[in-house]
Amino acid sequence: MTSITRVEGRGLPLVGHNIDTDRIIPARFLRTVSFDGLEAHVFADDRAAATADGTVHPFDDAPYETASILIVNENFGCGSSREHAPQAIYRRGIRAIVGESFSEIFFGNSVMPGMPCVSVSADHAAALQALVEREPATSIVVDIAAGTVTAGDLTVEARLPANAREALVTGAWDATALLLDRYDEVERVADALPYIAAASR
Amino acid sequence: MPTLFEKVWNAHSVRRLPTGQTQLFVGLHLVHEVTSPQAFDMLRLRGLGVRRPDRTIATVDHIVPTRSQARPFRDPLAEGMLDALERNCREHGIELLDLASGRQGIVHVIGPELGLTQPGMTIACGDSHTSTHGAFGALAFGIGTSQVRDVLASQTLALEPLKVRRIDVTGELAPGVYAKDVILAIINRLGVDGGVGFAYEYGGDTIERMSMDERMTICNMSIEGGARIGYVNPDETTIEYLRGRPRVPEGEAFERLAAWWRSLASDVDATYDDRVELKAASIEPTVTWGTHPGQSVGVGQPLPTPGGAPAEVADALAFMGLEGGRPIQGTPVDVAFIGSCTNGRLSDLREAASVVRGRRVASGVRAMVVPGSQQVAAAAEREGLHEVFTSAGFEWRGAGCSMCLAMNEDRLTGRELCASSSNRNFRGRQGSPTGRTLLMSPAMVAAAAVAGEVTDVRRML
Repeated sequence: MTSITRVEGRGLPLVGHNIDTDRIIPARFLRTVSFDGLEAHVFADDRAAATADGTVHPFDDAPYETASILIVNENFGCGSSREHAPQAIYRRGIRAIVGESFSEIFFGNSVMPGMPCVSVSADHAAALQALVEREPATSIVVDIAAGTVTAGDLTVEARLPANAREALVTGAWDATALLLDRYDEVERVADALPYIAAASR
Repeated sequence: MPTLFEKVWNAHSVRRLPTGQTQLFVGLHLVHEVTSPQAFDMLRLRGLGVRRPDRTIATVDHIVPTRSQARPFRDPLAEGMLDALERNCREHGIELLDLASGRQGIVHVIGPELGLTQPGMTIACGDSHTSTHGAFGALAFGIGTSQVRDVLASQTLALEPLKVRRIDVTGELAPGVYAKDVILAIINRLGVDGGVGFAYEYGGDTIERMSMDERMTICNMSIEGGARIGYVNPDETTIEYLRGRPRVPEGEAFERLAAWWRSLASDVDATYDDRVELKAASIEPTVTWGTHPGQSVGVGQPLPTPGGAPAEVADALAFMGLEGGRPIQGTPVDVAFIGSCTNGRLSDLREAASVVRGRRVASGVRAMVVPGSQQVAAAAEREGLHEVFTSAGFEWRGAGCSMCLAMNEDRLTGRELCASSSNRNFRGRQGSPTGRTLLMSPAMVAAAAVAGEVTDVRRML
């Protein structure tokens, strides 16, 4: 298993609270049986709206084209549990998300392709966004093991729940094999449940 | 002293994993066509099978057309998704409640109505509104597709325990105020991310008096408040709802289970990580005005003014084309949608029909009712509710998720504004990037359809 201890790259600032997964990938693009190609539709409606307004959405902005670290604000990824959302972002080239806070389901879904979401203070999220807007070429380092984000002269504390950090650092973030290990213990727990017993009677 | 959360969590805990997470057994895995095909592919790639097909059940809801449900569907992408689900279920021996079964419907409507959903279970589904099943005193939560893979492969998940916030609602709800208004008021008070890291336990005499349908409406929208799990302690209402349902044991086996269910309720002296109380009397018929479910007002209240408020308020008002400081009442509606896993059950249709009876949908308003399941549709038709709706000018459709998220042909166009009994008013949620959604109770949607504008249903009861 691959261990993820550190992600380095350019930043992509996306300002706004409560950006939901319907905005990240509108439902009409979920009419598919695979995750392939979802990156083409990431933020499809927001990007089209920006173009119509004569502005440029950060996901279409040339300086951020090669960015791999998305910088967001509060409660990012709320709403629908669609894993298509982090998959679309990951397939666009993002490898870590730095933000003030994340919805629980989105956070877990992001770990699945190996894309950590780390939390920084509101002020630090805003400072990082401003820095990247000013200097898009700034190299940003998300250090999972140390719990920091560094951009130029700025190093800030980045929080990640201990279990998620452990899973990423030890390469155990893909849990399937672990869950199938020692399966007799699972069967013991299941068989002791009254509703399982009632169903097999 | 434990809460229901702790009792059920502990009963399903297998072991502490090396990462520090808990391996939790999943008692019931509900599967639908949108979030499962990639999971089945991942299984195939790893050469794995489905461990407990007997604890897994599938249906099709998100993509089904609601007008003609003849196969093949007109949308080849939708047809392809159902085809994949059928193949996956056949290959792995999973029961599929399909359109021909008479039991198809929104996964969160059919689980309870068949008695698949029971107290004390852990229930997972690749859908955030799985929290609905918590109404029975189950720990039910939405998962992503990779977790669907894990449950298929192992019938377990790697998870972290949650804190528990007790939310007491006390006193009598006024006529015209429904469970939907209660949950919108809770989300308004605690915020759309107030529940992150928490399970919400709903209690108090208002909740205890509620029917199972009403409790499901409350638990359904827990996730809109950031809480992945919401639940109500099981009681005699829960037990009597389940008695005689097709997938519940009968006779003595039922009584034995019921005794276990009663024992799972949070102890009276249980300790909570947080407690909140709401007075039912303070809750009005509630309408959202913004672009997330926390942005709501009582129907008699003015909209917030952007001055001094966070930029988010001004942005949302601008997107919605609404003016701060003015009442939400009188806002013209183009579309009225009654349905969804929040409010697509029989009691919801009855409440809406009681408003519609003897009235007409206002000219220029497109109004539709989408029952939550085939069984809800059949029961409503036995009562003649479909005729109440159609003679008033509503369309009466087949069961599915429909315009809650617009993955089928039912969607808004352009800037249309929809009075909706669904759960999310996110930008673009109902299928048009610029479409607008006002969330409210089914009775309030019915009132808006008839008036052609947002109106106080209490005047029409």
